[in-house]
Amino acid sequence: MTVTTTGDLPGEVYDVAIIGAGVVGTAIARELARHRLRIALVEASDDVGNGTSKANTAILHTGFDATPGTLEARLVREGYQRLTAYAAETGIPLEPLGALLVAWDAEQLAALPSLAEKAVRNGYDETSILDADAVYAREPHLGPGALGALEVPGESIICPWTTTLAYATQAVRAGVALHLNCPAGAITTGEDHHEIATPRGVLRTRHLVNAAGLYSDEINRRLGHGEFTVTPRRGQLIVFDKFARGLVDHILLPVPTALGKGVLVAPTVYGNVMLGPTAEDLDDKTATGSSADGLASLREKGARIMPELLAEEVTAVYAGLRAATEHGDYQIHADPGRRYVAVGGIRSTGLTASMAIAAHVAELLTECGLDPGPEREIEPVRMPTIGEAFPRPYQRADLIAADPAYGTVVCHCERVTRGEIRDALTATVPPGSLEGLRRRTRALGGRCQGFFCGAAVRAQFDAATAAQDRTEARR
Amino acid sequence: MTPTDRTHRTVDVLVIGAGPAGLALAARLAAAGVDRVEVLDREPQAGGVPRHCHHTGFGLRDLRRVMSGPDYARHHIAAATRAGAVLRTSVTATGWAAPRTVDITGPTGLERITATAVVLATGARERPRSARLVPGTRPAGVLTTGQLQQAVHLHHQHVGRRAVIVGAERVGYSAVATLRRAGAEVAAMVTDQPRHQTHPARHLATRLRSGFPLVTDATVTELTGQGRLESVRLRHRDGRTAAVACDTVVFTGDWIPDHELARSAGIALDPGTRGPAADAEFRTGEPGVFAVGNLLHPVETADIAALDGRLAAGPVLRHLAGRPWTPGALPVRVEAPLLWVSPNRIAPDGPRPPRGRFTLRTTRFLTRPVLTVAQDGRTLHRGRLPRTVAPGRPFHLPADWIVGADAHGGPVRITVD
Repeated sequence: MTVTTTGDLPGEVYDVAIIGAGVVGTAIARELARHRLRIALVEASDDVGNGTSKANTAILHTGFDATPGTLEARLVREGYQRLTAYAAETGIPLEPLGALLVAWDAEQLAALPSLAEKAVRNGYDETSILDADAVYAREPHLGPGALGALEVPGESIICPWTTTLAYATQAVRAGVALHLNCPAGAITTGEDHHEIATPRGVLRTRHLVNAAGLYSDEINRRLGHGEFTVTPRRGQLIVFDKFARGLVDHILLPVPTALGKGVLVAPTVYGNVMLGPTAEDLDDKTATGSSADGLASLREKGARIMPELLAEEVTAVYAGLRAATEHGDYQIHADPGRRYVAVGGIRSTGLTASMAIAAHVAELLTECGLDPGPEREIEPVRMPTIGEAFPRPYQRADLIAADPAYGTVVCHCERVTRGEIRDALTATVPPGSLEGLRRRTRALGGRCQGFFCGAAVRAQFDAATAAQDRTEARR
Repeated sequence: MTPTDRTHRTVDVLVIGAGPAGLALAARLAAAGVDRVEVLDREPQAGGVPRHCHHTGFGLRDLRRVMSGPDYARHHIAAATRAGAVLRTSVTATGWAAPRTVDITGPTGLERITATAVVLATGARERPRSARLVPGTRPAGVLTTGQLQQAVHLHHQHVGRRAVIVGAERVGYSAVATLRRAGAEVAAMVTDQPRHQTHPARHLATRLRSGFPLVTDATVTELTGQGRLESVRLRHRDGRTAAVACDTVVFTGDWIPDHELARSAGIALDPGTRGPAADAEFRTGEPGVFAVGNLLHPVETADIAALDGRLAAGPVLRHLAGRPWTPGALPVRVEAPLLWVSPNRIAPDGPRPPRGRFTLRTTRFLTRPVLTVAQDGRTLHRGRLPRTVAPGRPFHLPADWIVGADAHGGPVRITVD
């Protein structure tokens, strides 16, 4: 098992290198790891899933509202099936709540039948149209004025962090070399292999997959391609306290308009309620901050959808950038001559589609001359339970009897135990920061944001990091 | 052992939270002869917030002496233990199995404890940056005073070199002292109020030692920095803006009770304090469930919380003796700019609140305000306070008027003009 964060890269020539360890890059690494290949997954930051993937709206989409016939429509539909099965197998938190597309005016109400027809064209025929009474029977705390809704029972909520981490963990255990803190620089493409300059030395690989998210257009240009340009589209979100969870029991989607998908209200698998996202086209790929205007507009929209929600405390505010391009579809292109596959323009549906994208990319690599050899079984993974739909360690007498650390709650708001934090810190893909630890365990992610546990969690993180440094120094 | 095995036990009084209020109550009850008084705390050490407040000034009102926070915590731990109360740490009350039956998680396993009286003493916390909706990036170096104090005093962690403190209440000045001890410089203290809200002597002494600017009438509009905090942007009431370079920001004050257990029991909260609505005898709306300390008044000093604990002993003993549960049912509410009043339920023929007065808070400075207490349009009390009252500091209203309230009337409202 190889995860490196510092030092020179190995001198070997990999069969495949994947740039970008987001939900798409890790899914591709995991998919390819099902064959005996030498694979490198290189990531600019100190953790997997640290860019667009960490700030997703966390919805597993049926693909009912995709544009029929697009690659995105197909991969979302397939990805939905694949990820649903994978989540059950690995313990990725997932709750099939179903969605309601709530119509607030006559125009939106009139659009519902065509949305239902579009769903059928996307292979999804389980929608139904509800009248206002039926909507309020399902969601009694909805604001006044809803005229009806399209019910989409298959839409689900999922944990985006555990998904990426499960892919990465399984890939690394199956032999993929994950190199963190390793931004890709200049790329030289030779007859036999690519040479990618990084601050940690040159990475050599025969085949190259570009899954660099926001930066996929820049990598693409270095390979001589210009099919797409990424324009970061910012989405700001407000996460409300767990006490808000009782207010809402479905994913409440707006009826899509010409202006885009709009603002949704949805429970999270951690038991919170999320309001967002905004949609702002920017030119700065690092502008992951929230803004006063953005938060004000979310609160205004939220007040209409569910007035009571606004009275609850806010647990977190965050913003993410999705990799929008000038095209309406995913930008997945193969260049067999250069043994190269670009995976760009993967927007918020990328979480749902990730496993299908990976399978598609694996096929394209074969067309690019990669001989994957026979398939093999890879070791299944079982991820820690951080969703609220299943018993967490603090609720399990059997776990605590075997190890009292699972009975010692460190983060009180999220009830994260010392044992879970220890496990995360010594896992196959350990966190590089407290933020990474939060995504793996929920520690520090609750309503107090560290008032009670911040120092204690940091002490445990620092001690584990120091122990790791000592081990590396001895090597 | 199955995944859900729980040991079941019964105690007389279960106190949740081993801060000054919970400990002082447990000591009184045990000393009064109650057999099984058990105090739970989810932290590894009992003592509550004073554990990490290394400044002096604790104990003045309840112990008639002055000591540091940790000494004060030790005093109350020793007193409760000596009296015969059982103190248990690193155990978390996670929810309710029934009224007065609490589920517990600890290193020794899962428990279910049923008590004749449950006392919630779970305290309060400062609202973090996110709850205050302060926009910007999410860098490291953003703290509350509670986290800062624990980092420095309990874990001896590095906290940065140059800090901005948001808030100029008493607790903001504690943050200054903690930063100083950690070797960090205070770049500025920022308040949206026209002046600081601590004692002038304390303000002056702190300024003489640390010399930081106090920026008044200003709000934080944005945090910047990738990875680590780089600056805090401010906007003055008159429209001027500024950016203060810093690697740490401490959000102080703006307290909210840790009301999770109260709320998950379905206990009605007071809209002002956001803690359980409670009467002069610390009774909540749930039979057998009392609430004391900063859960009821976010926040008062530790010694006021401890006095709550002492005063609650009588009502708890009367409940154990079988007195029917008839808490004051008449709500007392405040209107803006007042923030809260405690206690906030009364029985006109019942006892007066502790020390014969109500405690209130305001959200802005009020110069010798006139307070009016009215019920259904009828004035019960009207009087001018002798001094200016400041946000973040208590002021008091005499309680004599409660006999004139109608137990069956509408809510009593306190307004200011």
